[in-house]
Amino acid sequence: MSVAISARDIRKSYGDLRAVDGVTFEVGHGEFFGILGPNGAGKTTTLEIIEGLREPDGGEVSVLGLRPWPRNPALLPRIGVQLQATSFFERLTAREQLRTFADLYRVPAKRADEMLEVVGLTSSAATRTEKLSGGQAQRLSIACALVHRPDVLFLDEPTGALDPQARRNLWDLLRAIAAEGHTIVLTTHHMDEAETLCQRVAIMDHGKILQIGAPATLVRGLAHPVRISIESGLLGQDEARAIADGATVADDGVSLTFTTTEPAPILARLADHKALTGLQVAGASLEDVFLQLTGREYRA
Amino acid sequence: MTTSKLPAPPAQAEDVSPRSRGTNWQGFRSLSRAMFRGFVRDRAALFFTILFPVLFLLLFGSLYKSSSTPKINVVEVGRVSVLDQARAASRQLDKVLTVTHTTSLAHALNEVRQANVDAAVQQQGGSLIVHYSIANPTTAGVVNSVFSGIVQAANQAASHKPPAYQLATQQVEDKSLKPIQYLTPGLLGWAIASGGAFGAALTLVGWRKNKLLRRLRLAPVGTTSIVTARITVSVAVAIVETFVFIAIATTPYFGLKLTAYWWMAIPVVICGTLAFLSIGLLVGALAKSQEAATAIVNLIVLPMAFLGGAFIPLAFAPQWIVKVSYFLPLRYLVVGMQNVMARGDGPASALPAMGILLGFAAVLTVIAIRVFRWDEI
Repeated sequence: MSVAISARDIRKSYGDLRAVDGVTFEVGHGEFFGILGPNGAGKTTTLEIIEGLREPDGGEVSVLGLRPWPRNPALLPRIGVQLQATSFFERLTAREQLRTFADLYRVPAKRADEMLEVVGLTSSAATRTEKLSGGQAQRLSIACALVHRPDVLFLDEPTGALDPQARRNLWDLLRAIAAEGHTIVLTTHHMDEAETLCQRVAIMDHGKILQIGAPATLVRGLAHPVRISIESGLLGQDEARAIADGATVADDGVSLTFTTTEPAPILARLADHKALTGLQVAGASLEDVFLQLTGREYRA
Repeated sequence: MTTSKLPAPPAQAEDVSPRSRGTNWQGFRSLSRAMFRGFVRDRAALFFTILFPVLFLLLFGSLYKSSSTPKINVVEVGRVSVLDQARAASRQLDKVLTVTHTTSLAHALNEVRQANVDAAVQQQGGSLIVHYSIANPTTAGVVNSVFSGIVQAANQAASHKPPAYQLATQQVEDKSLKPIQYLTPGLLGWAIASGGAFGAALTLVGWRKNKLLRRLRLAPVGTTSIVTARITVSVAVAIVETFVFIAIATTPYFGLKLTAYWWMAIPVVICGTLAFLSIGLLVGALAKSQEAATAIVNLIVLPMAFLGGAFIPLAFAPQWIVKVSYFLPLRYLVVGMQNVMARGDGPASALPAMGILLGFAAVLTVIAIRVFRWDEI
């Protein structure tokens, strides 16, 4: 995979605060890359440096082989940007908004109307952007970022303030966009979002990247215990202890839970006892990876 | 939502691929259109920049319509031969005085006290007694001087000698300069000033707050296009406003008579709009919120309207206001328009005002660019 974005040792300080403190990573063409971290971790500043909105104090950035800073007119038509806020012209309808952005990129109005369809806003085309719901506004904002078919798409916390249903709706859209071959860089503070969307994630805190990799690889590297639970009352205490074979067993009256690093034999024995009603197997998640890396609770 | 709904991938769509060279006229046009739509759909902005000044014109135009010289009302108690003879001798006097009659002194005095009339006069032999109130000092002064004039004329006539000195008076200002002729450029100047300054300041702060400025910075459209679009919209609004004002003021009811080179007011309006856009640009670059921007613009434009000849015509203003007005751009906008619209001066008379307005705009724009920020950090 050829490199679309490369950041090498980028730094940015605001007074004493080191917002970005030596960040290095690469994103391949067509990759869906996530920058994950709590609020204030330096995700947005990192993204803004790569987009060319801020000048880094140090380090080097290259996007599609070009330098984004100072403002690079050759690069601008090839990147699409959705900023944290929904940045719209006041008092325009959804369609007018999108057509205005299409005009800025010298793209025909027809393409703007197509994008409206893609993000499922055709029925709200005549609605003023101020009256769109949070999810609709975010989708319009993404449509504005995509209207000129950029090679690279930057999304800064696209699901920030959305309800769970709107978030899942947006994930479907983002997957479809990724499938089209765009390179996508997304920042988020939702672990599940990074886990389900991104091919690789960089976990950031205090301006530094703590770890980079595919979400599954990061989780597997954790050697974290797995929790297996079935309905309470399916097995007697002695039976349960025999099956556990040394693993921790707990029964809270609702679920019988085994906690182990070797789930396979326990699952096999449960199957032998035909005691699989209500079976749940919970492995570690990115959240556990974050906890492990920072040694503290995740502050979203 | 499924992948199949997505349009063709970029490789098959060269016709829609953006071009990055040359002036982005399409971008300029669409920015202008977006700003114009944003303006006409903002009822508050529409009211305060267009309708509010027009209402002021209607109100003040009607109020001052008949205010050439206020007449004084006098009540004669009994017979006052001095006054009657004076009125018979000079028709001029009836342009200043309205005379009514009564027989009761008590009634007449009461009328004066209640300010229903300005003076009560009675004659006792050779004495003319004038009862007046100093509730209104100006009227009291007029009453005193009118009657002392009448008495002196009567004395002069009684002496049967020709007067040694004669007074000839002549109004120095343009004889046709009626209130509507300074109200129209004055209020229009104020409307253009606040429209330009608010337009630029609120757009700049609003777009910075919702990060649209940063979004535009990452679009292939230059700062020049953004600024030119804002100027175009503001100038268009100001010109529309000028024609609305002229249309109202030239109706027979208000009776504004445009002089030969009135059309020179349009370049003056354009220069004035640029000057006040530059004020708005500077305020917008400094202010952190739209509320702050509104307050600062009000703080600049409103006093300027009083001191710069918009609300108080400079011809009637105290000397210190006239001196201060030379430092205010609004003066040049108002006086520049007045000279060509109402005074009948030649087209060249507007040039110095235009030059000063443009110079002001240039200086402030340079300062604004220096303090300008794309975002809030």
